[in-house]
Amino acid sequence: MFRANLLGFLSIFSLFLFFMPFNTLLATERLKIGLVLDKGGKDDKSFNSAAFEGASLAEKQLGIELKYVEATDVNSLENLHRQFAKKNYDLIIGVGFAQVDAVKKISSQFPKVKFAIVDGEVTNPNVKSLLFEEHQGSFLVGALAAMKTKTGKVGYIGGMDIPLIRRFSKGYIAGIKYVSPKTQILENYIGVSGEAWNNPAKAKELALNQYNQGVEVIFVAAGASNSGVFDAAEEKKKLAIGVDSNQNWIKPGFILTSMLKRVDRAVFSTIEDLKNSKFLAGSQRYGLKDKGVDYSLDKYNEKLISNEERKKLETIKEDIIKGKIQVPDYYLEKK
Amino acid sequence: MNPSNLFLKKTSHISSSFLYFLRTSSGFFIGLFFALLLTLIVGENPVHIFLIIMKSAFGSAYDLGLTLFYTTSLIFTGLSVAIAFRGGLFNIGAEGQLTMSALGMVGFAYLFPEIPRPFSYVAIFLVGSLCGAVWAFIPGYLKAFRDSHEVIVTMMLNFVAAGISSYVIVNVIPNQQSQNPESFIISDSFRTNHFDFINTLFPDSPANLFLLLAIFTAIMLYLFFEKTLLGYELKVSGENPLAAERAGIPVKKMMIIAMVLSGLFASGSGMNEVMGFSGQFKMGFSPEFGFIGIAVALMSNNNPLGIMVSAFLMGALHKGASDLDFETETITRDFSKILQAMIIFGVGFQYYLNKKFFRGENGSH
Repeated sequence: MFRANLLGFLSIFSLFLFFMPFNTLLATERLKIGLVLDKGGKDDKSFNSAAFEGASLAEKQLGIELKYVEATDVNSLENLHRQFAKKNYDLIIGVGFAQVDAVKKISSQFPKVKFAIVDGEVTNPNVKSLLFEEHQGSFLVGALAAMKTKTGKVGYIGGMDIPLIRRFSKGYIAGIKYVSPKTQILENYIGVSGEAWNNPAKAKELALNQYNQGVEVIFVAAGASNSGVFDAAEEKKKLAIGVDSNQNWIKPGFILTSMLKRVDRAVFSTIEDLKNSKFLAGSQRYGLKDKGVDYSLDKYNEKLISNEERKKLETIKEDIIKGKIQVPDYYLEKK
Repeated sequence: MNPSNLFLKKTSHISSSFLYFLRTSSGFFIGLFFALLLTLIVGENPVHIFLIIMKSAFGSAYDLGLTLFYTTSLIFTGLSVAIAFRGGLFNIGAEGQLTMSALGMVGFAYLFPEIPRPFSYVAIFLVGSLCGAVWAFIPGYLKAFRDSHEVIVTMMLNFVAAGISSYVIVNVIPNQQSQNPESFIISDSFRTNHFDFINTLFPDSPANLFLLLAIFTAIMLYLFFEKTLLGYELKVSGENPLAAERAGIPVKKMMIIAMVLSGLFASGSGMNEVMGFSGQFKMGFSPEFGFIGIAVALMSNNNPLGIMVSAFLMGALHKGASDLDFETETITRDFSKILQAMIIFGVGFQYYLNKKFFRGENGSH
């Protein structure tokens, strides 16, 4: 009886085998692009979302073949890059500073495959590094925040306490001090582990605390935790500043502006360059100059910023581009 | 065709080792079966998925190496959870203990970079073990003498460890060459990679010597439970503290010993990363090994030898998760978490199975 049962089980099991090739990959001539997203995943409405949008736009407009994966932990990154490289993908894009080591290692082992890395620098001859001058954009929104506050208090909430997020804060504080040196700044970080990028509840708590102390504008750089700060701003009828993607639409009227970091544009143009065989290895820095970082202005926040303030901001922007204003860079000062 | 009849009749004919196999791993396979069935719903072929997982674990020397690297860490945390369980304690602080151990090691290497070679290994090994053990001693002591619940204390200490480590890594001993939140790279005299013959078997992968230490530790722990008086006393005081006390076993002391050993084993996970592989403390290097370790320990019913097998299975699954994301269109990272959860459910179901079907001669239920 037992044996009969086992046989029955085996035969059902082997039936499955006949259905094997459920999804066979079609052989195509199209460019194959692999996108390795960071732990935040493609729905963080911020950094990874921007990269994913840029790549999917390229898929639509340039007719490439896109495959994206999300990292499970630090050790899986190298594995994912290696898998893409083994399958002869034309371009592999790593999103986030955490992938620097993986890209460095795999790109030297697969010299024929092209790589791009966002937010990190790798100097191999087949790697393009896409870097952003976040401190410049943060300086601008800092200046705007200082113009907006009447109490003389502004806030900053960072996600995880790491150098990149310190770079935002340093630029932001410099921007505030540039407009009014006496402004008081409250600075908080959500956490010390990766979980900080996805903890809106704690972000809201911190924001409420800051608003209760008289803060009127909070700049928040915390990935998916940002929504907590936006909720707090709505509750207290105060202002918040978003980050990376244009987040003005999330709570219209309460989001003063967003510090844009155009990862989408950088990713798209990298793919476009490859398609037109103009791909160049090396570092490319996106700053205020080429609108790689910027502040956002759209129908959701145009009422919040007066013409006068807008003019002032544009002057500051030009001064930064011309080099009249030197924005302190956390990365440089650390060394 | 009632399955319970079927097994009850047949068990007497099946060899006892097969029965043992059923008693320990049928839950796993049932979980795996249902997990694979689930993939059918989203339009994948379960057999295809299964083959991807197999290929992901054994496909090449690199694949196997990465799986074994996860396995090593999971053996250590599994043992850590298991010995606490045997001592009647639920240690969910393995994560914090391995963090403190790794932090202690890089901190020590930072303070004393020039210790000559054979001593450097002994020193860093002792420091790493000590840090993990101390971090586990705290909840053990509090449980024994202050009656605070070890679950709460270990959980809180996980956060404390995460806080301390990230402060030290980012502010005191950062890697100046990198923007990642990671420590500087410790000097070669503390790392095992230049005589690592395990690693040469699996080129490019992070598998290393500590795999052997993990296996050795598991065997030693098995002998500890089966052959030593202390191991026996520890088990008894875990199973029935009142009876143990009557029999003259110092229960409080046993609690502390169980926790200290637990922390000691958890430190192995930190060593696997710091000494064996990366030579630095990368924040987030552990994808919650401490918590997966709980599943590993439960899966093998806290048997040290079984832990080696269950750690390998969980390691393969963890590795498979990212490969599934890569190889298929529908199985994303989050979906593979569902698969893992199904398997853990299956393992939990084991208890019921054992009670109902596989009552063996050594059945304690």
